[in-house]
Amino acid sequence: MSEPAEKPPGTAWSGLTEQALFVLVAILVPVCLHAIFRAVPTEEKMGVVQRIFYFHVPSALAGFLGVGLCALFSALYLWRRDRRLDLLAHASAELGVMFLTIVLLTGPIWARPVWGVWWTGEARLTSTLVLWLLYAGYLILRQSTENPEQGARFCAVIGLVGALDVPIIYYSVEWWRGLHPKVLKISGGQGLDAEMAKALTLCSTTFILLFLLLLLQRVRLGRLQDEVESLTLVANRRAPYTEPA
Amino acid sequence: MTYLRAVLLVAEKDLKVELRSREQAVTLLFFALLVLVVFNFAFDFTVIDFVTLGPGVLWVAFIFSGVLAISRSFQIEREQDRIQGILLAPIDRSAFYLGKVAATVLFMAAVETILVPVAVVMFNFRFNGQTALVVLAFILNTIGFAAVGTLFAAMTTSTRRAELLLPLLLFPAAVPVALAAVKTTTHLLAGHPFAAYSHWVLMSAAYDVIFLAAAVLLFDEALEE
Repeated sequence: MSEPAEKPPGTAWSGLTEQALFVLVAILVPVCLHAIFRAVPTEEKMGVVQRIFYFHVPSALAGFLGVGLCALFSALYLWRRDRRLDLLAHASAELGVMFLTIVLLTGPIWARPVWGVWWTGEARLTSTLVLWLLYAGYLILRQSTENPEQGARFCAVIGLVGALDVPIIYYSVEWWRGLHPKVLKISGGQGLDAEMAKALTLCSTTFILLFLLLLLQRVRLGRLQDEVESLTLVANRRAPYTEPA
Repeated sequence: MTYLRAVLLVAEKDLKVELRSREQAVTLLFFALLVLVVFNFAFDFTVIDFVTLGPGVLWVAFIFSGVLAISRSFQIEREQDRIQGILLAPIDRSAFYLGKVAATVLFMAAVETILVPVAVVMFNFRFNGQTALVVLAFILNTIGFAAVGTLFAAMTTSTRRAELLLPLLLFPAAVPVALAAVKTTTHLLAGHPFAAYSHWVLMSAAYDVIFLAAAVLLFDEALEE
């Protein structure tokens, strides 16, 4: 690609990674769709609707990854004050909110036929909703600050406080009430059929890669926005003094 | 000047301002009372047991009025740029934070002290539990709410949507406090033994410690420069 020479360092590397990720995701998504709708056996009791599980759980993984990365980059930003770290934190939060939105939409679609209700006050549901609200607040706060530096600092504080809050919110809501299926073995369920586990691993990997791809693209977009802003500043300053060429 | 003295001075300043102007306490109290009245209309408490809904109603009133108190507490600092004076003062900024928290806890506690008896009368409730435990539970949860609220308010006051943003950020973050407060109050009103809800009291205490510590460390970042 013919980019100007004064590009910041590291761009070529992340550009390559981005392209590689794009190719990988473009191949994996159709494979996932095949696995979900053709290869995997239909669940005995729940029927076809159980297949939404292969979107729901990977989205949840990606969503929580976003929230976790946001906290990590927020902490690093407060330490190093690097604009790139802030862009990463912002992009992670945005993607976290997006994937959690998918989780919150696919959950009720599954719950209605299986549990008989769209929504319950169960711990994971409620704490995911609270988390979603908290990080939606993070994005609104960022829009409302006076300057990007202030937005970065304030949002880093929210990102860190939010991450500290997650386990407490989870336990408080669990003590409040408890109905979410514990499917995966680590959380005490009976485990998955081998074919289903394979599909879940495949879909989770794809969603994580998609997450990383979107993260890189969002950070690049953020840098371009910064660049446009500084160019506009320069242009506005020069405008009254220079003759058009 | 010792750290503790700085904290007390900031809290004292807020109380003095309030005692002289008397604008906040009265407004807050009426607002909280109004919330109770609205719930009194919304639910028929002759049919519903007060223990079932009362704690929730009470804490909604406390939390709503608390959010107003916290956001007002930083608004007055911004008027006439008083905050610049405080930031220039030779005290640790976290002392300023803790002073603010202390003043807010006092305001909220005052509202709670007046509102609980009013609710008891309004909803015809006969309370025969342990008052000391009620005080402990209320104080613990009020501190947690004020701790996170004050940290967030320091940030939101310098944004464009100050009054809107604070509850938007604070309510989700304060969910554990709200749940703990309502559950503890329910158990207390029902006269259950302490063991039945000790885990909630512990959670409130843990929340207080975690977020007071986090806020003391992060408060510098939450101020406008």
